[in-house]
Amino acid sequence: MNDPVVELAAVTRTYDAGPPALDAVTLTIAEGEAVAVLGPSGSGKSTLLNLVAGLDRPTAGTVTVAGIRVDELGEARSARFRRARIGLVFQFFHLLDELTVLENTALPARLAGVSRGAALSRAEALLDRLGVARHARAHPSRLSGGERQRVAVARALINRPALLLADEPTGALDTASGQDVKALLQELHRGEGQTIIMVTHDLDLAQSCATRIVRLVDGRVAEDAPVPGAAR
Amino acid sequence: MSGLGRVVRAGVARRRTAAVITCLSTLAATAAAVAATALLIASDQPFEHAFAAQNGAELTATFDGTRAGAARLADTAHANGVTSTAGPFPVATTTAVVQPDGVDATLPGLSVVGRADAGGPVDDVTLVSGHWVTGPGQIVLSTDIVAVPLGSTVRFPDAPGTPALTVVGYAQSITKSADAWVEPSRAFALGDAGTPPVYQMLYRFAQARTDGQMLADQAAVIGLLPKGTLVGTSSYLGAKQTAQHNIAPFVPFIVAFGILALATGILIITNVISGAVGAALFKIGVLKALGAAPAQVVRAYCLIALLPSVVGVVLGAVLGNVIANPELHNAEVAYGTGTLSVPVWTDIAIPAAVLALVAVCTVIPALRAGRMSATAALAVGRAPRPGRARFARRLLAGLPVPQSVGLGLGTPPTRPARYLSITAALIFGTMALTFAFGLGSSLSDVDRGLHYWESAQVTVASGQFSAGGKDGGEISADDDASIEAAIARQSGTAGYYGLARDEVSVLGSADALNASFYTAAGTSPYQIIAGRWYSGPDQVLVPTGFLDSTGTRIGDSVTLVDGNGDRVSVRIVGEVLDTLSDDGMDVVGDAATLPGETPDEFDVTLEPGVDVTSYLQSLNNAVSGYGVSAYADQPPGYDQTILAVDALAAALTLLVVVTAGLGVFNTVMLELRDRIRELGIYKALGMTPKQTMAMVLTSTLAVGVIAGAIGVPAGIALHDYVIPVMGHAAGTGIPRADVAVYHGLEEVLLALGGTAIAVLAALVPAGWAARLRTATALRTE
Repeated sequence: MNDPVVELAAVTRTYDAGPPALDAVTLTIAEGEAVAVLGPSGSGKSTLLNLVAGLDRPTAGTVTVAGIRVDELGEARSARFRRARIGLVFQFFHLLDELTVLENTALPARLAGVSRGAALSRAEALLDRLGVARHARAHPSRLSGGERQRVAVARALINRPALLLADEPTGALDTASGQDVKALLQELHRGEGQTIIMVTHDLDLAQSCATRIVRLVDGRVAEDAPVPGAAR
Repeated sequence: MSGLGRVVRAGVARRRTAAVITCLSTLAATAAAVAATALLIASDQPFEHAFAAQNGAELTATFDGTRAGAARLADTAHANGVTSTAGPFPVATTTAVVQPDGVDATLPGLSVVGRADAGGPVDDVTLVSGHWVTGPGQIVLSTDIVAVPLGSTVRFPDAPGTPALTVVGYAQSITKSADAWVEPSRAFALGDAGTPPVYQMLYRFAQARTDGQMLADQAAVIGLLPKGTLVGTSSYLGAKQTAQHNIAPFVPFIVAFGILALATGILIITNVISGAVGAALFKIGVLKALGAAPAQVVRAYCLIALLPSVVGVVLGAVLGNVIANPELHNAEVAYGTGTLSVPVWTDIAIPAAVLALVAVCTVIPALRAGRMSATAALAVGRAPRPGRARFARRLLAGLPVPQSVGLGLGTPPTRPARYLSITAALIFGTMALTFAFGLGSSLSDVDRGLHYWESAQVTVASGQFSAGGKDGGEISADDDASIEAAIARQSGTAGYYGLARDEVSVLGSADALNASFYTAAGTSPYQIIAGRWYSGPDQVLVPTGFLDSTGTRIGDSVTLVDGNGDRVSVRIVGEVLDTLSDDGMDVVGDAATLPGETPDEFDVTLEPGVDVTSYLQSLNNAVSGYGVSAYADQPPGYDQTILAVDALAAALTLLVVVTAGLGVFNTVMLELRDRIRELGIYKALGMTPKQTMAMVLTSTLAVGVIAGAIGVPAGIALHDYVIPVMGHAAGTGIPRADVAVYHGLEEVLLALGGTAIAVLAALVPAGWAARLRTATALRTE
């Protein structure tokens, strides 16, 4: 097994007085794995993703990503950690409509202090690789859902992250666009060995892109099993 | 509770930030409007208002009590045209001694009136502090006389038995009918021994608007009395003219500040309220989707905005009164017309007007939302319309600066109305700062010009120096040259001039002139408004009042006539800033202009670092043989009126600046709330708290820079317009140097002031944005 990239140890997250969103979850994800986190609404999938991304902190337990205790990071270090190690893909893309596709893609690099020229150049290369270079000067609102998600993936990869986190990456897409994104994730994992954690309701996406499926129920890991026949 | 009522209650409770912002905005705007309106009202005919409030005496007459007794004087109430009277009150004109700073101060010619109470049908005296006299050992002083603590003692050294009375209050009569008030039984006993009794009567008449009517009224009164009973009179028309003369210079700047404060308040309300309702579009869309009728939606959202506004205006009215009262006190000092207060109707009308403005600002966007389809409201309400100012934003975001700074700079074009509005508010704030700075500098410079003689550190005059000042008297003409030579020889003398004061007249004019003739004055001790200092005995300079009343101009010639009938033709070569007394009927020239003009005194300035005591000792040794002595002049003091105006300007500036700052604060908070999801995206992509702070602060920085760039020149223009208007109202021109008080560095610092207001006001919202948890921001609808 490769080195672990993500290690969750007895992680619990509670909000207010309600039941825990995550309840003593322990999970290890190795470099090169593509893990799909499945589960019904309210099972803790997004909470798990937020904790791994450093967007939220556990109530108990530890979260370690690429050797860094994410749960101990302050806001500033957490932001720096995120832009260096994590690529985030959201269900609703979260592209900024005032910026062009190229500028959206380059944004995390610019925030990391990469010069404008270098960031744009890197973004152009990524857009080309993901097949949306022709839209570089367009605004996201003019793209199809699948194209927007491709741009979102390009933006997530701009800082060459160790880990790609995708929150319902096909959840807002039509079938054709969903297939498009599915193919892209497969390519990233199988072709480039990108470590991916994806949260999804889509069993088909999980089975076609992931090497392992973690099923959450009421904040607990109900199942953690490799996908039969999955290979890098 | 109806469904709509629940929506309203929940709307206010759940949108706490918006409710607090609305409340704060209406609070600030109401406070500014109440304070500014109170000042504007106080500046509108303050004498007339105070006179009406006090039932001021149109005629104050004093009568010889030996020719007509109190009963006969009281009968004058039935004279033709008299509508009401007060008195007769016994009067003593006497000398009093107080100790304002622990040192005896003599008050000669003090008019002490015996009055049982402050009120009455005429001259309803305003008690400013303490209480009215209740016993023979007490005295109430006029606020115009001297300031000593309540409980202090006033001695009457010339009265039989040298009585001492305790100060129990301060009061103000609009027509200054007395310097002090005591019990009626006590008044005569305070006069000099052997002085015949004198009574004061106060009258109001049916017709008293002109000098002619006043003379007729006066004739009707004295017609009922034996000849020679009238000792003296004082018409309210004179007091009114003096008050108007005192007040007129201050009105322009108070009006300027008042308008700035009102305009800033209105801008803030329109900006924040319409912004808050606009931000609620999404919720409006949801309500409509659930079946709410447009009218219900409009009503609900008007109420959601109005409820916190009601709280804001009530608190704002209270705060406005708190702010206005010290400002009105400063105006009282500047105007000298008695107690000013916030009119009751202001406390009702201003909050009502603010609420009406809130309602209008709410109704318009709410009606627009009400007419929208549910889906349109849902779509529009989620975020700023993406296409808006895209080019400008991209351009600014693409500047060669850190990404967060570029994003911040690109924010204002996406909300042009909102940011234009706060830019305007900041422009007003910067204008107020600039204007207040210039006003203070100009008034200080003018004050120095009006007290030009205070630049001398040493005066040489005849007689011996005493604590009360010089003894006065003329210096022997034979000794002038010797004294002048002694001053010139004295080590440490930097400059000097001799000053001869005389009274002359201009041929063809009945007005007497105060003449100041100088020896050895190579440069002007005065500030010159126009023209130049004289260069020969046939040249003079005059104040603006002289030019206005004689219809002359610089370059014209006039003939001066002295007391001996000697005449000399002189050419006016300059216009000087002189004391504003005697309507500017002064003339300044060389001592050789008229024969026999010899200095009454020499004013000396010293070289830097010279020890004044040693200098005086040495100079006195040299000049004592000529019957003169040298003494140190008091360092220039602070004029109370100028200080009051400065304090007033500072308070008004603070009011405008704080209102503008609150506008920025509220707008930035609204903007962040609107863009909270976008903020979450930035943070999720790795924007650090520092970068978030930078982005938010730079969004207002650009606005602040623009406001500074416009506000400073606008403030200077306002200042350059108002200062000469103030001078004109006071009867004088203003030297250009006193108007041109802004220099490069000051202008830059004032422009930075506008930026500082913007950035400081955005600090708290920026901090909130920096601390905001990413997950929370992403989850927020």
